[in-house]
Amino acid sequence: MTTASKSAHDFIAPHVRGLPKSGIRDFFDIVAGRKDVISLGIGEPDFQTPWHIREKAIESIERGATRYTSNLGTPELRQALAEYMRHSFHAEYDWKTEILVTVGVSEAFDIALRAVLSPGDEVLYHEPCFVSYAPLIRMAHGVPVAVETFRKDEFRLTVAELEKKVTPRTRALLLSFPNNPTGATLDQADVEALADFAVRHDLLVISDEVYSELTYEGGRATFAGIPRLRDRLIFLNGFSKAWSMTGFRLGYVCAPAPLTDAMMKIHQFCMMCASSTAQVAGLEALKNGDADIVEMRDSYHLRRNFIVASLNEMGLDCFMPRGAFYVFPSIQSTGLSSQEFALRLLNECNVACVPGTAFGACGAGFLRCAYATGIDQLKEAMERMSAFIKRL
Amino acid sequence: MDALLELLKINARESDATLAKELNTTAEDIRARIAAYEREGVIRGFQAVLNTERLESTDVRAVIELRIRPEREGGFDRIATRISKFPQVESMFLMSGGYDLLLFVKGRSLQEVANFVSARLAPLDGVLSTATHFMLKTYKDQSVLMESEPHDDRLQVCP
Repeated sequence: MTTASKSAHDFIAPHVRGLPKSGIRDFFDIVAGRKDVISLGIGEPDFQTPWHIREKAIESIERGATRYTSNLGTPELRQALAEYMRHSFHAEYDWKTEILVTVGVSEAFDIALRAVLSPGDEVLYHEPCFVSYAPLIRMAHGVPVAVETFRKDEFRLTVAELEKKVTPRTRALLLSFPNNPTGATLDQADVEALADFAVRHDLLVISDEVYSELTYEGGRATFAGIPRLRDRLIFLNGFSKAWSMTGFRLGYVCAPAPLTDAMMKIHQFCMMCASSTAQVAGLEALKNGDADIVEMRDSYHLRRNFIVASLNEMGLDCFMPRGAFYVFPSIQSTGLSSQEFALRLLNECNVACVPGTAFGACGAGFLRCAYATGIDQLKEAMERMSAFIKRL
Repeated sequence: MDALLELLKINARESDATLAKELNTTAEDIRARIAAYEREGVIRGFQAVLNTERLESTDVRAVIELRIRPEREGGFDRIATRISKFPQVESMFLMSGGYDLLLFVKGRSLQEVANFVSARLAPLDGVLSTATHFMLKTYKDQSVLMESEPHDDRLQVCP
């Protein structure tokens, strides 16, 4: 008797087969290859990595510093990170046992979730949010539980919404403020309330603060350095946004020693270490890159003012976000769905924005516009968009 | 420095409406502030930054280091002011170090600049010495790169 042999498709694990494709990816495929598109769909800084950082990386390659580093990351970089956490976040982490350098924040997320989740554990996370969160939770055999955020709250995560979704199986609360795609930020009072919630339900907090350097008008609040969260916080950050170093793929995680050690086990077996060149570049950014941040932040700040004023002027309701480089206008007044609006805007005006639904169901009726694009491009995009709305 | 001035230094032709949106104010306010800066002499002019290599021009530019003798009354100012009035002098600075004045000079030909130095500058009372360096190529001028920035090679849509 012969058994039917498997097709390639059958070899795919069911929990991976069930993962949805990223909504961004769909849109990317539509935009790819088109000429003269002004893209407000790019979730990455438009600045070149500052020259002194690139130069250090080049110099390290010339020197031949191209070997594996310590699994945790070079001691120099971890010491500099401990110092950065101290002066920027008022948080104490021991560089020897509590800081781990990763391949971007994405890897940090992955090892954090794999280190703490058992099959069936529930993780609360807010939507709209970065596209990776729910898939990463699923890949770690957890159950993602979306908690909605709303325009009326300027897309802050509220304890009231969390209380509706928390269960005895809830293991962790995952959050990211300043937020991609909404630009939402938290006040320190919000952070304190969320910290109380986590303690009350005995949850681990995983906080992705990769946009923390890009806040305007005091939009910066952090989960790091809150004493009652010390033993239940995994803090994630990276170099991509603050120093425009996306392609270097450099992130880090700060957590109490036992958790760092657990993440380290996964990291050493699956990744070994972050790129040695990227680590040299990151050290230079921390040591001599304060002015770069200020320069880029000031520029984003002005562009944000411009784009929010322009969107509201054309009748698209848009709150003034205080972080990251995204605005999240409502397009409900046009009567179009997010997908329809984005597609027509692309086809009729050659302007690319990402439909809010790519970041969660409650992004329906909204659009993500990234303003990490030169002011001339932004001006042209706003003119085309305004003309488009008048024609509707 | 006022953010308005920073923006004007990047692009002096930016519209008042755009500047107003960027700075969270009105176009009227922008116009009033620019007028005030002009009145106060803070804004001394608006100029285009040119890549002269793209023009059919044979103009030459030179940098001239000048050592001069300070005067009992007024130090360097009287002679420096006098030199700065030559139309050939585009920019001029008082410097610390091995020489006193640094001049950026423009002429229609190498010969014209050489004549200017030998016939007009060097004989001036108080000028002790000159050293002339001709510019060969401009890579960057007033913070503007002469070759355009590399094309934006980011993915057109990304998370």
